Amino acid sequence: MIKVVHYINQFYGGIGGEEKADVKPEVREGVVGPGMALKGALGKDAEIVATIICGDSYFNENIEEATEEILKMVKSYEPDLFIAGPAFNAGRYGVACGTICKAVKDNLNIPVVSGMYPENPGADMFKKDIYIVETANSATGMRKAIPVMAKLALKLAKKEEIGPPAEEGYIARGVRKNIFREERGSKRAVDMLVAKLKGEPFVTEYPMPDFDKVAPNPPVLDMKNAKIALVTSGGIVPKGNPDRIEASSASKYGKYDIEGVMDLTQETHETAHGGYDPVYANEDPDRVLPVDVLRELEQEGVIGELHRYFYSTVGNGTSVANSKKYASAIAKELVADGVQAVILTST
Amino acid sequence: MVKEIERAGIPVVHICTVVPISLTVGANRIVPAVAIPHPLGNPDLGKEDEKALRKQLVLRSLKSLETEVQDQTVFDK
Repeated sequence: MIKVVHYINQFYGGIGGEEKADVKPEVREGVVGPGMALKGALGKDAEIVATIICGDSYFNENIEEATEEILKMVKSYEPDLFIAGPAFNAGRYGVACGTICKAVKDNLNIPVVSGMYPENPGADMFKKDIYIVETANSATGMRKAIPVMAKLALKLAKKEEIGPPAEEGYIARGVRKNIFREERGSKRAVDMLVAKLKGEPFVTEYPMPDFDKVAPNPPVLDMKNAKIALVTSGGIVPKGNPDRIEASSASKYGKYDIEGVMDLTQETHETAHGGYDPVYANEDPDRVLPVDVLRELEQEGVIGELHRYFYSTVGNGTSVANSKKYASAIAKELVADGVQAVILTST
Repeated sequence: MVKEIERAGIPVVHICTVVPISLTVGANRIVPAVAIPHPLGNPDLGKEDEKALRKQLVLRSLKSLETEVQDQTVFDK
């Protein structure tokens, strides 16, 4: 019998939503939440002996301590296999799943599997270290993700040979394998080119890695005369959310005038973000967008001026493509307005 | 978002709590924040102390913007 320990967050553990995202790790015997479906998919050869539940914010704010605590819990069950998630496109959950999977693999030397949407930051961080099954971006993809995760996990536990990413359903780990092909490389290359010219589908044998790094810009030399702008993915908007920016998967960003505004208060502003506990930001929006202290620094002459507008969107499940689109539109305006530096805050 | 603003030629500092995510998305100047639901505040402090904490983080951010960096840099002091 293959002994399995499963890791999930506070939401899937049934403890609560964002208001409970700060709960510490706890362990429960047997299956919880998505573990039920996982149990079914794993079948008779494996048993989920325990489920570890941890709040996403607690994990991400205390990565080292949380990892250590959870590792201890996992160890006490002496499992043969560890499964985390699936986390879909939940960023903090993905980081937690990836971090703990890698720690379990490195320390206990047992196979680990997680599941994420490719845009989850946890996928980029850990795809080279662990097997991460590619999932949809939300929990609606649960039914599809679980069987693929279970199948891959069982194969790993039984030390069976693992096929390429497309076949097994995991995110490519950047591993290259030598294989023999019937046709030589030159012919395959020409065939590919011909297919491309004809507009037919073809599969590259060497996908180019995505090296999209942007080099840092030179620093601000004269801060006393610089115009500084505030941008946030933390969803701060004027009270009432006039542009109706969505709580998750935002379809837009907002541009808001703060001329003469010295302080953001619960009467004037709030957060539209649905991916963190909004209590603190609604009580005092400066906790996410520090307008009050920038006004002080403006008066003290530390900075030249605070730009008249701030820009805001909700970075909760929002696609990378949309985030790029919003930010590049925002950046264009900031350049045109002569802004010399930006403070971008995230929650 | 940080990357697109940087790409447009404006130096940008990312204030965020989960530094590994910021590193993954490609921010070059990073200032670690207090907590996910209140990156620039701490509701356990009194109003004055909380504002002082916020000012300290913003000053550190401005300092990062005045600092020449070659690569991704975390300004945790």
